[in-house]
Amino acid sequence: MSDIAASNLAETKSGLAGLVDDWSTDKQTYHVPWGKAMMWVFLVSDTFIFTCFLVGYMTVRMSTAEPWPVPAEVFALSFFGGDPIPLILIAIMTFILITSSGTMALAVNYGYRKDKRMAAILMMVTAAFGASFVGMQAFEWTKLITEGVRPWGNPWGAPQFGSVFFMVTGFHGLHVTAGVIYLSIVARKVAKGHYDKKGFEIVEITGLYWHFVDLVWVFIFAFFYLW
Amino acid sequence: MSAEAGQQHPLGIYLKIWVLLFVLSTLSYLVDYFNFQGLLRWTLIIIFMLLKAGFIIAIFMHVMWERMALILTILGPPVVLLFLIGFMVVEGGYTFGARVEHFGADPNAQPLPVTHIGGEHEGVSH
Repeated sequence: MSDIAASNLAETKSGLAGLVDDWSTDKQTYHVPWGKAMMWVFLVSDTFIFTCFLVGYMTVRMSTAEPWPVPAEVFALSFFGGDPIPLILIAIMTFILITSSGTMALAVNYGYRKDKRMAAILMMVTAAFGASFVGMQAFEWTKLITEGVRPWGNPWGAPQFGSVFFMVTGFHGLHVTAGVIYLSIVARKVAKGHYDKKGFEIVEITGLYWHFVDLVWVFIFAFFYLW
Repeated sequence: MSAEAGQQHPLGIYLKIWVLLFVLSTLSYLVDYFNFQGLLRWTLIIIFMLLKAGFIIAIFMHVMWERMALILTILGPPVVLLFLIGFMVVEGGYTFGARVEHFGADPNAQPLPVTHIGGEHEGVSH
């Protein structure tokens, strides 16, 4: 397949002229493995789902006549009896997700160098960071539920706060969990040599999903936690 | 090399972007830590968010090295979401106005202070 793509690419132009070239005449439009094209289609549709959640949050927050709880206070955490540090756990979770994105990018790179051992190890490291992220989220949920946050109310202000929190972070956490499972399965197959002949595009495809999960968190962090 | 052999690029660029994402995350956290408010806060949050999202999409997800046909397939459709945001801003504003008009609202209302429980800090507020 990549041979066909290569021979086509050699004759085609790049940029907008390339766009016209790729779409004209009866031939393959996207010069990428089909799995990668399908992963992108899935990610674009997932973008719509997450945007619906975030736009729903925006509408709910704009339309409530009650004061919104202050996220910096709600998500503050104190260590060893010190003063509560605002948003500290969320900041740590953000850094963990970025770190995992970095190890994933390196895994893709090692995959294309056909260094399957390093690729599998880095994917497992990524999955481990993802699992620790989910663990911290479980801690956060437990803490808020103990403090009385429910989808229909909370002790501090607008009752919509709880429903938005559980829906948005829950759906994102579900994606991280699925990503951890997906990464573990692919890493095991990579290590066992299942892709030695087929090529290591699968590592990049898995990586696309993982980077997308990190990307969604960037928006959740900005709009829900910092706003 | 390049596109036909898959997305292979030097390791250095990934490490640089990685560091940059750390810096941008720290900066957006500091916006909250130093408690910037008003227009400055929203501007900084949006700028850091868009920069982070841009670097993840362009470099980590390799979009800047893809062909234009795939780039437009990925980035084109989400543009309609801007209309959804616009419509829902109007809708949200209208609902807020209706609620204030019919149920009333205290313009000076503040959220109640947060009390953290659990651990050895049972009932300690700040």
